[in-house]
Amino acid sequence: MRKNECIAMLLAGGEGRRLGVLTKDLAKPAVHFGGKYRIIDFTLSNCVHSGIETVGVLTQYQPLELTQHLGIGTPWGLDRREGGMHVLPPYVRQKGGSWYKGTANAIYQNLGFIERYDPEYVLIISGDHIYKMNYDLLLDAHKKNRADATLAVISVPWAEASRFGILSVDEDDRVVEFAEKPKKPNSNLASMGVYMFSWPVLKEALIRDEAERQSSNDFGKDIIPTLLADGARLFSYRFDGYWKDVGTIDSLWEANMDLLEDKPSLQLNDRSWRIFSASPNQPAQYIAPTAKVQGSLINEGCVVEGQVNRSVLFHGARVGEGSLVEDSILMPGATIGKDVRIIRAIVGEGAVVGDGCEVGSIEAEDIAVVGSGETIRLEAELKEAEPV
Amino acid sequence: MKLPMMGVINLIHEADEMGSLTAGRCLATVPFGGRYRLIDFALSSMVNSGIPKVAVFAHTKFRSLMDHLGSGSNWDLHRKQSGLFVLPPSMEDQTDFGKGDLYHFYRNRDYFARSPVEYVVISRSHMVCNVDFVQVLDQHRETGADITVVCKRTPEGLPGLARKVKINEVGRIVEMQDHFGRLESDVVSMEMYVLSKDLLLDLVETSLAQGRDHFVRHTILSRLNQLRVNAYMHDGVLGVVNNIAAYYRHSMELLQPEVWKELFFKPGSIYTKVKDEPPTHYRNGADVTHSLIANGCDIEGTVFNSILFRGVKVGKGAVVRNSIVMQNGVIGEGGSLENCILDKEVEIRALQQLRGSSEMPFIALKRKVI
Repeated sequence: MRKNECIAMLLAGGEGRRLGVLTKDLAKPAVHFGGKYRIIDFTLSNCVHSGIETVGVLTQYQPLELTQHLGIGTPWGLDRREGGMHVLPPYVRQKGGSWYKGTANAIYQNLGFIERYDPEYVLIISGDHIYKMNYDLLLDAHKKNRADATLAVISVPWAEASRFGILSVDEDDRVVEFAEKPKKPNSNLASMGVYMFSWPVLKEALIRDEAERQSSNDFGKDIIPTLLADGARLFSYRFDGYWKDVGTIDSLWEANMDLLEDKPSLQLNDRSWRIFSASPNQPAQYIAPTAKVQGSLINEGCVVEGQVNRSVLFHGARVGEGSLVEDSILMPGATIGKDVRIIRAIVGEGAVVGDGCEVGSIEAEDIAVVGSGETIRLEAELKEAEPV
Repeated sequence: MKLPMMGVINLIHEADEMGSLTAGRCLATVPFGGRYRLIDFALSSMVNSGIPKVAVFAHTKFRSLMDHLGSGSNWDLHRKQSGLFVLPPSMEDQTDFGKGDLYHFYRNRDYFARSPVEYVVISRSHMVCNVDFVQVLDQHRETGADITVVCKRTPEGLPGLARKVKINEVGRIVEMQDHFGRLESDVVSMEMYVLSKDLLLDLVETSLAQGRDHFVRHTILSRLNQLRVNAYMHDGVLGVVNNIAAYYRHSMELLQPEVWKELFFKPGSIYTKVKDEPPTHYRNGADVTHSLIANGCDIEGTVFNSILFRGVKVGKGAVVRNSIVMQNGVIGEGGSLENCILDKEVEIRALQQLRGSSEMPFIALKRKVI
């Protein structure tokens, strides 16, 4: 086997509980984003563009749709003879075996996988975030600092700092303090959950952490604080691009709306950094004579006969005549009937909103959500449908 | 389910009057319908019918063909066994190049001989249609015909160049003429011929031995008395796309939802090379109606009754009417197009106005800056 300088381990087992009905049947990394993609497409595409061609994807929660999407890595060019993408679910050994207990335990259970490639560096990332980042620059910084571990960080608004793992650094960017979700943050540099480790350091840390009965086997809560306490060379790497954790309905909606700006801070139409995804292979979108589309992103296979303002339409979504879709997201194959009003809403995959219905409103504080595969009809119609 | 039939898409001497649209490519790879190439329709039809092995007999200008087809993975034809075979001309010397398609079939007879399947369908690349070959083969077997030709009744006529066919009351073809012939008939051949592999190889060898080398003319047209050649009537959409008038008309027909729904989905989906373009961005001020828009476009202007391929930019104040803009075209601010066909990567400068007529659309060559 050819030696790999750097391989990536992508944590993709997240449940995404706060996404409610949208993650009922699928893991958070498989949640749809940006009219065409799933969240995990961003990190996988980042790996490929950064020259990392061996990626272990650790799955756990609701893996069916995710593994189907990943396949053998073909959409990302990761179906390789050497290396490539490998899906790594928890497995049973001769003496038991268990679910992944935490992010660090997930990697620990796959030490054997990493050793087969005998890398010098291991990149730990998660499939929960939307961003475009060149990991090669992170590796450069890691080497330059002769670091044991390098954490990618981003400045967040002070008000939100207590939601993140917060780092304090010295003038050389060396980490002096790390606090997971601190009540009173000393800094606004948030860890992005992107860690570059020198492999021997990581291996030792994982083995030690596993032996620690009290540990929750988590990178943020256990591995990083322990390394810091032991005086390991931990450095930060500042990232100043677009980065978003789309862990809630609001943030998922917001991140989609961000794409609709005139000059979006996350540019999807970027030939030098294409985001790859499994293609639905549908015909070009049809914009009917009765349609009007403004400030929106629309994907292949859509049929628009109504009005669409500031919205994101995934492949195969349909908007009937006389309907208005505004500030909303229509997931793949969502079907909106005639004379419907969809305002500030997310309509799930394959959901059907019958003629004349209203979903969401401008006044409502919360984003309205129609779950995947749900059908909404007017009461009058439901009565008609009942057998006499 | 696998069909006991192999496919051939025959690009040798296809009737092509597409002018500048085939200046740098073969007819098979002329872009069509916002994201497809002409060959995608025949190829997808074969794949959807369960034909496990397809050969494309390439002939001239096939760089874009090789690029488009690749390993065949977009059509699920990258197989351990069977799958896609792209067969460029195999010649003894250059003079063989001009020989008819039978000569090239003969040179590649191993392709046929090696496969255990019983039937072959020979087709062209320029028929825009969605055909179920399972039904064609069923009829072929039931009627016991020697050859079954997929045909289409076209009461209103077609702008493209197509062979005319006369059928008797039991569906047998009694007369067939090239497009310029005087035969009066509203039935055209879709140039899809189903026959047994053994008969094909017999016809290839016999005809060549008789000094004749043209598949349809010499093995079928001249043998209508000896062989039982039946018509299978296709009742779906058909576009015979081999001249500009046909290209423009059949493209514009895609703007009728019933044509769109049928051609792209029934009986199966049409596949093409995946490009990884993002969804199309309709900016504030965009005014798009009655159009077919592919992914990766960035639209700020007005688009009416038109087809935009992948990655087209329409600037502020620009107006695109009754036009077809191929991949990566750029319409500058305030530019205006009416009845135009822009080949790939054409740039229309700001405020530039171009106009053709619906009978004679204006055509811009690939990569032209106007």
